[in-house]
Amino acid sequence: MSRERVGARAVEGALDPIAGSAVARAIEVLRGLGPASAALALLGAVALLALTQGAAAIPPQTVLRVLLDALPLVEVNANAPATWERIVVDIRLPRVIAAGVVGAALAYSGASYQGVFRNPLAGPFLLGVASGAALGAAIAIISPLRVDAYGFGWVPVFAFAGALLTVLLVYLLATGSGRLDNVTLILAGVALSAVFGAATAFILLTGGEEARPIFSFLFGGFNTASWQRIAWAAPYLAVGAAFVAVYARTMNVLQLDEEQAAQLGVDVTRTKLIVLAAASLMAATAVAIAGVIGFVGLLVPHAVRLVFGGDHRRLLPLCALFGASFLIAVDTFARTVLAPQELPVGVMTALIGGPFFLWLLRSRRVEVS
Amino acid sequence: MAATAAAAASARPAPATSPLLEARGVEVEIGGNTILDGVAIEVRAGEVVGLVGPNGAGKSTLLRAATGLVPLRGGRIRVGGDALDGLSRGELARRVAVVQQLPEAPATLSVRQLALLGRHPHLRLLARESSRDLAIAEAALRQAGCHELADRELGTLSGGERRRAFIARALAQQAPLLLLDEPTANLDAGAQHEVLELVADLARNETGVLLVVHDLTLAIAYCDRLVLLDRGRVAAAGAPGDVITPDTVGRLYGDAVTVVPHPVTGAPLVLPSRLGG
Repeated sequence: MSRERVGARAVEGALDPIAGSAVARAIEVLRGLGPASAALALLGAVALLALTQGAAAIPPQTVLRVLLDALPLVEVNANAPATWERIVVDIRLPRVIAAGVVGAALAYSGASYQGVFRNPLAGPFLLGVASGAALGAAIAIISPLRVDAYGFGWVPVFAFAGALLTVLLVYLLATGSGRLDNVTLILAGVALSAVFGAATAFILLTGGEEARPIFSFLFGGFNTASWQRIAWAAPYLAVGAAFVAVYARTMNVLQLDEEQAAQLGVDVTRTKLIVLAAASLMAATAVAIAGVIGFVGLLVPHAVRLVFGGDHRRLLPLCALFGASFLIAVDTFARTVLAPQELPVGVMTALIGGPFFLWLLRSRRVEVS
Repeated sequence: MAATAAAAASARPAPATSPLLEARGVEVEIGGNTILDGVAIEVRAGEVVGLVGPNGAGKSTLLRAATGLVPLRGGRIRVGGDALDGLSRGELARRVAVVQQLPEAPATLSVRQLALLGRHPHLRLLARESSRDLAIAEAALRQAGCHELADRELGTLSGGERRRAFIARALAQQAPLLLLDEPTANLDAGAQHEVLELVADLARNETGVLLVVHDLTLAIAYCDRLVLLDRGRVAAAGAPGDVITPDTVGRLYGDAVTVVPHPVTGAPLVLPSRLGG
């Protein structure tokens, strides 16, 4: 697979010579720090910065004191107006955490899909999984089934069913000729994504008042983030992440072709089914929290793989950390750039991710020919 | 020198243990076409068995069948004395290591990382590679002659280096049986002999080797026994000199090649007819 190698070359080449040396030095620093601590430090810094931004500009040291004070058993004089405390703890913090959790889930599941399909373009968005989950969520919302107080009861279940059916459908379409065809995989995903998106829009437009919440699934965002949703989503994400993590080393073996993996003792079909189901659970949960947010699962794993290599035991946790930082940063930008108006974060990630995807397609085209 | 190595090898008596690989009456059908039709083959510890035959004879399919990658229509295959379908993937991978013709791997994987993947069948699901696994991988790299390439990425290797890296991965599996599909394809003459000398070394250390070879002269020089496949059937099997004869070669490969005896040892040499018609 000299393709990936050339892809890596293309990236280095693209950065040269303008920002090449600065980026190279930054990468060296990151590597030297130890990847995990570097990623954690970045996440802390981004989250802190995000908490300071908004209609009221609250200085970082005040934010830190407010956060400390909010911890149980800790008494700190926050030295801040009570409204600031409420803004930080009740409004901004849930949103930052939701963005972090969703970013982590999307990047982690993206890396899982890429690992199983051996296709750097695979991800919850381009495979149609996110749209399938959104359609499932939309059906749950207009169904006569009773939903609980947060309007969430059947949403995650239906979203997961939608995600799982989509990934199986895409997989079957791409293996029609006996061998997994990577181009068909992405084309089928994009086509299904369009169909599901249209079906979701149809439900939204004909469903009346009841269907209004569906709007937020079409244009992903965190304006409905709350502590309840985060608490509800955490176990699903933890279960999905744990199942993938168990197979992290096995996924390294899967990066060889499937026959080699089988000859090295991997039960290929079982591994694929488990990882795909777990990744789809994570992607569906992310959609249920924040709607369809594209390209995070493509961009972040690609960048992490370039800098830190392709060992899934390291790649997966780093994707979670960098994915969290990335989406917190983008969401903060989305809610502040046109303040008081707020952009859906999905629009922002598409603006960044779309061109990146085209560039990736192009560099891969060059490699193939 | 190759010829003397072969002569020494063929003089050694076959060990009397149970075969590492035993196939009887193997039939394989793919897409309605019969690819293998009643093939029998046996590989014992310490011997190099060559699988030869024209393109499409079913050589690669036989190797794939031996690792359970294609279903059998008939016949049976035993690996290390046990029926193939009774072995788990992991158990099978501890008994047979395979190097395919064109194995794929990420271009950014290092040779050492590739060799370490060979330890997979010996590791539990959540286990990390132990220092023992690292040592075994290093030994495999040294044995395959690519320890100096250990930190290089696969994408930067020449064809011969890449082949040896995959052989190192197979050696790290520490399986008693090694299957090699055309290990000399696309290699220059020197690299071909390096790879086959390595194979001969392994057999001296009691590994059983089954390899697919296209170059009949190489097959004669390095294999203890040959199995000649033709359209899914065994056309001839036995000592190289009995299998590669003017008759079999003329029948299977046409008039363009001819078999002449080596001027000194008398071993059969396969040459283009136009060299000495």
